[in-house]
Amino acid sequence: MRLQYPPNVRIIEVPCTGKVDINHLLMAFEVGADGVIVVGCLEGDCHYMAGNLHAKKRVSRVKGILDRVGLGGERVGMYNLSSGMGGRFAEIVREMTEKIMELGPSPIRKATGTALKAAGEVAA
Amino acid sequence: MSAETPSKLQKMINSGNFAVTSEVGPPRSADGAIIEHKAMMIKDYVDAINVTDNQTSVCRLCSLAACIRIKQMGLEPVLQMVTRDRNRIAMQSDILGAASFGINNILCLTGDHQHFGDHASCANVFDLDSTQLAMCVRMMRDEGKLLGGWEFEVRPQMFIGAAANPFAGPNVAMRVSRLAKKVAAGVQFIQTQCIYNMDTIKTFMKMMVDRGLHEKVAILAGITPMKNVGMAKYMQKRVPGIDVPEEVVKRIGGVPKENQAEEGITLAVEQIEELKEVEGIRGFHIMAIEWEEKVPEIVERIGLYPRPQLA
Amino acid sequence: MIKAIPKPIEEIIENVKDCDKLLIAGCDGCVTVCEAGGLKEAKILASALRLYFTQGGKQAQVDDTSLTRQCEKEYLAQLSDRIDQYDAVVSLACGCGVQYLAEMYDKKVIYPGVDTCFMGVNEERGLYSERCQACGRCILAETGGICPIARCSKRMLNGPCGGSDKGKCEVSKDVPCGWELIYERLKTVGQLDRFENPTVPKDWTTSRDGGPRKIVREDLRI
Repeated sequence: MRLQYPPNVRIIEVPCTGKVDINHLLMAFEVGADGVIVVGCLEGDCHYMAGNLHAKKRVSRVKGILDRVGLGGERVGMYNLSSGMGGRFAEIVREMTEKIMELGPSPIRKATGTALKAAGEVAA
Repeated sequence: MSAETPSKLQKMINSGNFAVTSEVGPPRSADGAIIEHKAMMIKDYVDAINVTDNQTSVCRLCSLAACIRIKQMGLEPVLQMVTRDRNRIAMQSDILGAASFGINNILCLTGDHQHFGDHASCANVFDLDSTQLAMCVRMMRDEGKLLGGWEFEVRPQMFIGAAANPFAGPNVAMRVSRLAKKVAAGVQFIQTQCIYNMDTIKTFMKMMVDRGLHEKVAILAGITPMKNVGMAKYMQKRVPGIDVPEEVVKRIGGVPKENQAEEGITLAVEQIEELKEVEGIRGFHIMAIEWEEKVPEIVERIGLYPRPQLA
Repeated sequence: MIKAIPKPIEEIIENVKDCDKLLIAGCDGCVTVCEAGGLKEAKILASALRLYFTQGGKQAQVDDTSLTRQCEKEYLAQLSDRIDQYDAVVSLACGCGVQYLAEMYDKKVIYPGVDTCFMGVNEERGLYSERCQACGRCILAETGGICPIARCSKRMLNGPCGGSDKGKCEVSKDVPCGWELIYERLKTVGQLDRFENPTVPKDWTTSRDGGPRKIVREDLRI
C-alpha cells in the first residue's frame, strides 16, 4: 500500500497485546520514549479471548502512574485495529506523533539529556 | 486555657487561688442515694466533684446520671468519660446530654483495659482515645460541630480536662510530650495520677515549666491518702503506673496499725504543702478512695478551707 | 490469606521523596497472590519511582527485590549484606512483614507500600473478600461454616437483624446478609436446630480486645 508514517517510531512486535505488561510500558519511558502506543486487535477479535482487554486495563493503569509521577498519562494510548486497517494505523501514528510534538520531549529525556537508552542500562 | 466557659472550676483556677477537686465513685448498684451522700460529705470543701466512669473497668452506675444528680444538688460536677466502652456517636450524644443539664467540666480519658475489671471477656471500643475525645469536645464547643460534620446552635460549654501520669516511667520527657499533645488537642486542665514520688513530679513540672506548658494548662496535683500499709504495698506492687517509693511504705508501716490512717493523712497534707511551692501546680485533686469522709479534714489542714466564693 | 492493595503512589512519594537510594522489597507470600506486593509490583513501583525522580531532575537509585516471606527472620536475613546501602526500604509486605523488617533492621527507615486489608479468599482474580477476623475461638461448627463475626456488619451472634432485606445487609445491597447465608446453609445440611439456640455473650479475650496476641506451642518449639 506504500503508506507513509513518521520514521521516529520503533515497532516492537508481540504475539498479543495481552503479553504487554505494565513494566514493559514503564520501561519504555525509562529508556527515553516520548510516547508509547499499544495497538491490539479489535475488541472481541482477540485470538486469545481477552488479551487486548487485559492490555487496555494495563494501559489505563500506566496512564494513572504517569499522571502521578509527573510525565502525564496522555503519553500512552491504546488502539484497536484489525490487520486490514493499515491506513488507520498510519493515521494513528501520525496523530500520536503530532500530539507528542505538542507535548514536547519526555521529561525523562529532558532530565537525562539523552536519547533512547538500551533497556539494559536502566534495569541494571 | 483560652476558651472561657461557665465552669466554676475554671473560674477558680483563673482567680489564682489553688483549686480543690475530689471525686465520687458511683455504686455498683442503682442506689443513687449513695452519690448524694458522698457528695454531701465533701461539697463545702471542693470546687468541683469528679464522677468516675466505670473506673478500673468495673461496671457501675453511670457517670452521666451521677453528674446530673450532683448538678441538681447545686454542686459542680466533672464528668469523667472513658473511650473504652462507647464509640464517638455515644460519647458525643452523652456530651450533648450532659451539657443540656448545665454540666460544664469533662475529663477525657481512654480508660483502663477491661482486662482489669469485672467483665474481662467483653469487647472494647476505643473508637477514639483520650486526646481525640478532647479534640472532639473542643470542636463541639468552639465550632458547634460534631465529628461527622453536623453543625448545631446550642453548644456544650465544657472546660476540658484530661489526666497525666508523670510516673509511668522511666521516660518523663515522653510524658511531658504526651501532655503537650493533649494541650494541642484542647485540654485546659490536668488531674495527675496519684503522686507519691515527689522527685519525679518535680522533674516533670520543671520540664513543663521549661517548655511554658504550665501556662497553657492548669495542673491539679493528684493526691490519694494511704489508709494503711497494706494499701501502700498494694499500690506499690499491683497498680500499674503508680510509683510508691519504699520510704512511703516504711513510713506508713512504721507506726502502729491504729495510727496508720492518721499517718496517711498527714503524709498527704505534707505532700500538698510541698507541692504548693512547685511552679505550675494550680490546685489539688484529692482522690480519697472509698474514704471521702477524710476530704474535709485534709482540705482544712492544708489551709484551703473555707473555699473562696467567686462571683 | 492476607489481602492487601497497593498504596496510592503519591503517598509513597511523599515519604521517600528525599531519599537517594531506595529499595523496594516485595514479599512472595500473600501479597503476591493478591497482586499487591510481589516481585512484579515491586518492579512497577521501582520503575514508577525512577520515572518520578528522573523527571524531577534527581539521580536516585531505586532497586527492587522480593523475599520469600517477610514474616520470617530467615528470609529477612537475605537483605543483611545490602540493606545498609539504602536510605530507606519500602516494604510491599503486609503489616506483619513491614513491622518484622523494621524490627530486624531497627536503624533502617522502613515505609509501607501496601494497605493491608483483611484475611479473605480469592473469589476471582482481582476480587477478594473477607472471611475471617481471627477472633481466636472458632464458632464455625455452630454457624454452618459461615462466620457471622466476619460476615455480619454488626458481628451479631444471634442474627439476622431487622435490617436484613431479601438476603442483603442493611449496610449495602451488595453485601449478602451473613445470617441469611447461615440460615440457608444450616437448612441445607439439616442443622436448623442450631439456629434457634441462643448464643451467649462471647468471650472476646482471644480476639483483638484482649490485647496483642501470641501463640506459644511448647510441642513445636526447639
